Amino acid sequence: MPQLDFANPLVLTQVLWLLVIFGALYVLLSKVALPPIARVLADREAAITADLETARALKADADAAIAAQEKAGQKARAEAQAALRAAVDAAKAEAVKAEADLGSRLAADLAAAEARITAAKDQALGAVRTIAAEAAAEATAKLTGLMPDAGAVVAAVDAALAAGQRR
Amino acid sequence: MAVEGKTIDALSQFELTPIVAGFTNSNLYMLIAGVAISALMVLGMQPRARVPGRLQGLAEVSYQFVHGMVDEQVGHEGRKFFPFVFTLFMFVLFGNLLGMVPYSFTFTSHIAVTFTLALVVFILITAVALAIHGMKFFGYFFPEGAPIALAPIIIPVEIISYLSRVVSLSVRLFANMVAGHVMLKVFATFVVLLGSLGGIGIIGAAAPLALNVALVGFEFLVAFLQAYVFAILTCIYLHDAVHLH
Repeated sequence: MPQLDFANPLVLTQVLWLLVIFGALYVLLSKVALPPIARVLADREAAITADLETARALKADADAAIAAQEKAGQKARAEAQAALRAAVDAAKAEAVKAEADLGSRLAADLAAAEARITAAKDQALGAVRTIAAEAAAEATAKLTGLMPDAGAVVAAVDAALAAGQRR
Repeated sequence: MAVEGKTIDALSQFELTPIVAGFTNSNLYMLIAGVAISALMVLGMQPRARVPGRLQGLAEVSYQFVHGMVDEQVGHEGRKFFPFVFTLFMFVLFGNLLGMVPYSFTFTSHIAVTFTLALVVFILITAVALAIHGMKFFGYFFPEGAPIALAPIIIPVEIISYLSRVVSLSVRLFANMVAGHVMLKVFATFVVLLGSLGGIGIIGAAAPLALNVALVGFEFLVAFLQAYVFAILTCIYLHDAVHLH
């Protein structure tokens, strides 16, 4: 096995060169290569942390804005509802008033009409009395040949009418 | 190279050949690994982008992988050892992975190399332990509360187990890489030998070929795993050195 042939001077020189190369690599890596990597990684972590912080702050802002918006919306809704209720109430009151007006006017019309009807009825009844009295006087004159007393005829007709009305 | 006079030669792939002034083919691949690691970590990080591209992502993932390992195993005090563990991990990993390139040389398959790396780790952990704990470090070899009568047994055992870290660390990596590459070579040679028979041999060659395909995948796993094991054991030893148990 060539590895165990320690009589070979190349085994020793190989080790010397190994120390040189390994040492140089160590110096190069520890002084030149690794510090920037540490910096890049630290920078990245700091940037990510800062970004997360910003995102958190922005989210808080957005949440506050949403809450304010919701509050404003609720207020507006309440106001609208109040206005609506007031309008409905006003309209209702007006309707009630209009109905009452109409009712009283109708009642007045009705009363006037009834008065007219009563007057007309009385007039008609008066005419019936006169006609009945004349007819009764003529009938009596034709039957008896005597002209009856006008006052007695009217009284008799009245009595008959009253009896007719009573029946 | 693989088949010389119809024999299986699995070991010539580990032969050191000088390139210039004791600089061997093994060292060439160490240099390639070093350059590749530096390129990845320096050029790959060049964009310094907040959202990394592929190469920067790879560099960052390697950084964070080792950083997490050191942080987890050694703790906060381990921060200053991170560049060392990172260099070690990347060097072993790239050495193992470069070895998977056909015709390349696997420098982690040399016990001299893995032992040297393990020795560097050993010297480091001993120096760190001595620097932090001074003479109290030697209490590590005799656990508190153990009966004094057992000291003649416990102390040698503890010292041997401490020293054997170098051996276990280096032999594990060395043996894994050698075994994997020998197996790949042996089965690849089977394929060539059987294939050269023609007829039935070609059909027979399918089995070692299939096995080799699976082995290549397995070796990539081993390449990563052994680099990881090497680095994490270094971290555990560093933890012991910093905290003394």
